[in-house]
Amino acid sequence: MSDVCVVDYGAGNLRSLRHGLERAGATVTVTSDPNVVAAAGRVLVPGVGAAGAAMAALERRELAPAIRSAAATGSHVFGICLGMQLLFERSDEGDVECLGLLPGRVTAMTFARRLPHMGWNDVTADDGHPLAAGLPAVCYFAHSYAVEPADPADVVATTELDGRRFASMAGAGRVAGTQFHPEKSGPAGRALLRSFLAWSGDAA
Amino acid sequence: MLRRRVIPCLDVRGGRLVKGVQFRELRDCGDPVVAAERYAEAGADEIVWLNIDAHAEAWQELLRAVERAAERVDVPLCVGGGIDRPERARELLLAGADKISVNSAALHTPDLIDRLAEMLGTQCVVVAMDASRGDGGWWTYSRGGMQATGIEAIGWAEEVQRRGGGELIVTSIDADGGRRGYDLELIRRIRERVRVPVIASGGAGGAADIVAALQAGADAALAASIFHDGETTPDDVKREVAACGLPARV
Repeated sequence: MSDVCVVDYGAGNLRSLRHGLERAGATVTVTSDPNVVAAAGRVLVPGVGAAGAAMAALERRELAPAIRSAAATGSHVFGICLGMQLLFERSDEGDVECLGLLPGRVTAMTFARRLPHMGWNDVTADDGHPLAAGLPAVCYFAHSYAVEPADPADVVATTELDGRRFASMAGAGRVAGTQFHPEKSGPAGRALLRSFLAWSGDAA
Repeated sequence: MLRRRVIPCLDVRGGRLVKGVQFRELRDCGDPVVAAERYAEAGADEIVWLNIDAHAEAWQELLRAVERAAERVDVPLCVGGGIDRPERARELLLAGADKISVNSAALHTPDLIDRLAEMLGTQCVVVAMDASRGDGGWWTYSRGGMQATGIEAIGWAEEVQRRGGGELIVTSIDADGGRRGYDLELIRRIRERVRVPVIASGGAGGAADIVAALQAGADAALAASIFHDGETTPDDVKREVAACGLPARV
């Protein structure tokens, strides 16, 4: 059994995430209390919506420094969809400064013929990251922006869209995230959530 | 490769699954959460609930059903019907819906799309339109296809995208319920003019019709009666889709 703190900053659907984590065996705390977030050993940053509004909400509730503090003290931090984008330094969506836990930026997927990138697509692991054990898998996406890690070694898994590959999973040390929604990706997603709960130590 | 999607659509009233012919002679057909779970297990790439009763009491029942669905269904759930203001969309997302769809209210107050996209993000905002042929084109109708709006359908699709709608459900009123295939020409015309995903709706009589809609350029196909009557399953349809050389999650 593992404890997970889900950061609630008004980002919408947290119910399916909570139940997805509980199905995977977690004890889940959904909170907007920065003290609880800062002290948590396992922090999950969810997210739908736009980067600017999300960062503003995280700053307003003092959750941004709380997440940084949790990461700085060795907690495992995991972001989903917009939540992963927020882990990086900067987003072109609204040209906003983000949490800065991973080096790199978030850019619009201008190369795509269709946007948003909506639906099920392949996720292929490039290395032996502890969260990538269940890959390759077909997972559910809904987004128009994607992360570009400054260090290629931080790309954990990729997905192809219209002839280009983008980072659909990224991470370094004890910080990681997925562009897809594991809580909406059936059995493959459940496996990934279980890996997050069992994750200990640093990524290779 | 991004898969084409097959999406069962369920009519919901007061948190109960209902079936009828064009919203008449509605029968209670059980719990929509159980049905959604069953479809997810049978390969549905996504589930759409169309709420057909927007009264306050029925709305609360809908929210409670969405909460239960979020606990048990691990594919995306889109809920539409009766969203006439941003607060209702927000209530649905907080209850556990992954996307919301608007129809009549967007036609009457197009600015609603901008507000929803700003508040929830484009990827959450689906715009459904009911269109019928006439005067050499297609025209949108509101209130369940009953009221002509005078708004031309292709132009409306472009406006929806411009305002921040992230996906279009395009229902042909002419084809709906006829089970003789989607209005493929309508799908092609809208596909040519917008970049957002297009979901074909109205007229599916079997897997072949869904394949035809996807070949016409639809990113996804919505169907109701072929699944509800147990004639086929999303998995069966997707095997047909894959056999025709289109990417499907099989």
